[in-house]
Amino acid sequence: MKRLVNLSPSRPWALLLGLIPLALVLALYLAGSDARLTENPNDKLLPSLEQMSSALDRMALQPSKRSGEYLFWTDTAASLQRLGLGIGIAAIIGLLIGLLTGALPAVNVALSPLLTVFSLVPPLALLPILFIVFGLDELSKVVLIVIGVAPFIARDLQKHTLEMPREQLVKAQTLGANSMQILFRVLLPQIMPRLIDAVRLSLGTGWLFLIAAEAIAATDGLGYRIFLVRRYLSMDVIIPYVAWITLLAFLLDMALAWLSRRLYPWHHKGAAS
Amino acid sequence: MIEAQNLWKHYGDHVVLERINLKVREGEFITMVGTSGCGKSTFLKLLLGTEGATRGTLTLDGNPVPDEPGLDRGIVFQQYSVFPHLTVLENVTIARAFEHSPLLGRLFGSAKRQAEDEAREMLASVGLASAEKRYPHELSGGMRQRLAIAQALIRKPRILLLDEPFGALDPGIRADMQELVLSLWRKHKLTVFMVTHDIKEGFYLGTRLWVFDKTRYDPQAPHAYGATITYDLPVGHMDRALYEEIDDRLHPVPA
Ligand SMILES: Nc1ncnc2c1ncn2[C@@H]1O[C@H](COP(=O)(O)OP(=O)(O)O)[C@@H](O)[C@H]1O
Ligand SMILES: [Mg+2]
Repeated sequence: MKRLVNLSPSRPWALLLGLIPLALVLALYLAGSDARLTENPNDKLLPSLEQMSSALDRMALQPSKRSGEYLFWTDTAASLQRLGLGIGIAAIIGLLIGLLTGALPAVNVALSPLLTVFSLVPPLALLPILFIVFGLDELSKVVLIVIGVAPFIARDLQKHTLEMPREQLVKAQTLGANSMQILFRVLLPQIMPRLIDAVRLSLGTGWLFLIAAEAIAATDGLGYRIFLVRRYLSMDVIIPYVAWITLLAFLLDMALAWLSRRLYPWHHKGAAS
Repeated sequence: MIEAQNLWKHYGDHVVLERINLKVREGEFITMVGTSGCGKSTFLKLLLGTEGATRGTLTLDGNPVPDEPGLDRGIVFQQYSVFPHLTVLENVTIARAFEHSPLLGRLFGSAKRQAEDEAREMLASVGLASAEKRYPHELSGGMRQRLAIAQALIRKPRILLLDEPFGALDPGIRADMQELVLSLWRKHKLTVFMVTHDIKEGFYLGTRLWVFDKTRYDPQAPHAYGATITYDLPVGHMDRALYEEIDDRLHPVPA
């Protein structure tokens, strides 16, 4: 028998082994839900699959009685728009600051202290300030995501820019490159896949800030909805919403990974030399 | 062309190079050997302009060597010499893009085609004609160094600096690469400085051999004295005994 540290299951086994815990959790949930519902058919804590699918049907496939909107989809659209804007703006700001501070020592000296301070401020503590300054609508939610995520992206990209082999910068100079050309043709393209990596890593944080902001002040959005129906203990809505958010997060992550492999094959296959 | 007068290089208290005096004429091919860490790369950095001398002078045509890398001094490192995000062809044409497109560093239309034709010619001369669409990670180590050489030569530098360019290659491939460098040196009338850890390479390639070594050594303070050029020999006029003596200095047989 091999040592446990050397034992890595082959493909079908790995898949099976990975599914077992998930199936176990699901079975445990269903058993619990069943037990509670037989005891008290009005129990709200652990809704059955049928209850959840009928709630989802009501939210997603039938217009709301009050506004005539399909709430599930308007919530999804509102949240994705905020998240997309917030992460997108954070990516642009993070890329600019990270690249410039990493590549130009003078900019680094000027901006590094500010960046360090900014990345230490807990963004949620700024939320009241954002509501006061930007009002309660879209802008403040987007700004919260930007403030929460941009410093991380900036610092990550700064680090990668600084770690770029000096040899490449010297080589570019011996080929006659000026600073702009080094930035645009040598550093920027090689930092782009790192930007995608950083965005993937910061999406989780982005969702956190989005849901927090929506819970506090919004009239639609996935986070708004789950905090709204909490008042009625509507677990049959909350659980499918959480599952949907998880699926969206997973799909976004997959899409970015695919994009990076598609656009920057040399980054994924290459030993960098 | 190049002249050093009482050149010293320290890093803080650490003396790396000391008392270097030399004169190099245009068209020489100098190979440099020495123990690892004795300051050969540092000497190339002084020529490149990425490091400055602590004391003394290093001049090119009578003027101090510029304190930045420039077009007149091409370089090939042991690794990281080519751009991993560009194809073989783009790795060479980018040098022309730097020249003609100061803002974006990109070429279009006929300027681009012209640069590509020129680059193909250069790639053919280093034996990479069939690989122009590949990325560096798809090349073998030897092909990557061929590309680095083609790239370094496209803007026609007067001086070519090579820092252990074949250090990571198999001996068989290394022989081909030596031939290549010699032929390019003649064709482009370059002045070459090549660091190698292979003394044979130093003895038989090029026109002049420098051996870097410490002449003074204090075991209590190993960094108090730096290396200097202890042998400056015309290649082709050396006998076996001298070869063994230098070999012995660089690779002392463990007692
Ligand atoms: N930037 C630096 N700061 C301090 N010490 C350095 C620096 N660069 C090189 N050195 C030291 O200088 C010595 C010579 O290095 P190098 O020129 O790279 O040797 P080699 O002959 O192997 O190429 C080494 O001991 C190294 O530690
Ligand atoms: Mg070295």
